[in-house]
Amino acid sequence: MLEIGQQAPDFALPGIDGQTHRLSDLLRDHRAVAVIFSCNHCPYVRAWEGRMIDLQREYAERGVALVAINPNDDVRYPDDSFEAMKQRAQEQGFNFRYLRDESQEVARAYGAERTPHVYLLDSSGVLRFRGAIDDNYEQPEAVQHTYLRDAIEAVLAGQTPPVETTPAVGCTIKWRE
Amino acid sequence: MKVQFLFWEDCPSHPEAWQRLHDVMNELGIEAEVERIEVTTEEEAQRWGFRGSPTILVNGQDIDPQPDAPARLTCRLYFHEDGRPSPLPSRGMIARALEAARDRDPSYAEKGPQNA
Repeated sequence: MLEIGQQAPDFALPGIDGQTHRLSDLLRDHRAVAVIFSCNHCPYVRAWEGRMIDLQREYAERGVALVAINPNDDVRYPDDSFEAMKQRAQEQGFNFRYLRDESQEVARAYGAERTPHVYLLDSSGVLRFRGAIDDNYEQPEAVQHTYLRDAIEAVLAGQTPPVETTPAVGCTIKWRE
Repeated sequence: MKVQFLFWEDCPSHPEAWQRLHDVMNELGIEAEVERIEVTTEEEAQRWGFRGSPTILVNGQDIDPQPDAPARLTCRLYFHEDGRPSPLPSRGMIARALEAARDRDPSYAEKGPQNA
């Protein structure tokens, strides 16, 4: 698994916008990049989705990009197909990039285990935070620790995030058999 | 009253759902035993009509029937009363299913929960 302080592996993945998105390009253009392994079908993702949209909206002007990557096997889970991803993004008004990791190689390279699983990178591509978006998937109003938000603020300020790792909470990634 | 709690170990929501189910049963004074059933294979998921973890059956009826959802090993998506998606059934959803089963069971009214 990618550890705090390590350089994140580069990737080039197709997005639902028809473009290929390369991490190295994103890092060049942003002060921080939150790579979030995600998917369509997982209820944990659904529960946090609105907060992902809020974070991208709030931090876009400050040079932060959220990038959701769906690595799930779409044979056993057809609701995670590329076409279904496009539909989901349109329905929910995703304002972040939504990429498909068909080979699952990127998820394996990062050591991702669940969806959602967050990897916050600084502008050098170094991992600064890994884990959950916050500490309450079910009740946004009851969140006590906004892990990702706090980590973004720290990275933008050139500081160490107050919490650098948490367990990822969510559905297991659906690996191909 | 027959209550069954079906879960898939890979989905982390089942301990909280199990606790929530028992909390609601306690609040309602329902003392039925809960049968805990682990679903471990796709074949078992098909056999049970398991639409994700956790699934709660009261007298064989799903507390949140989702006939269009496929039976498979996955975390289950619930929608709470306010439309919010969640991996957990709401307390209200559990309570309504238990109360409906209790109301349909004449022995509950006659004998009380211990003897029903």
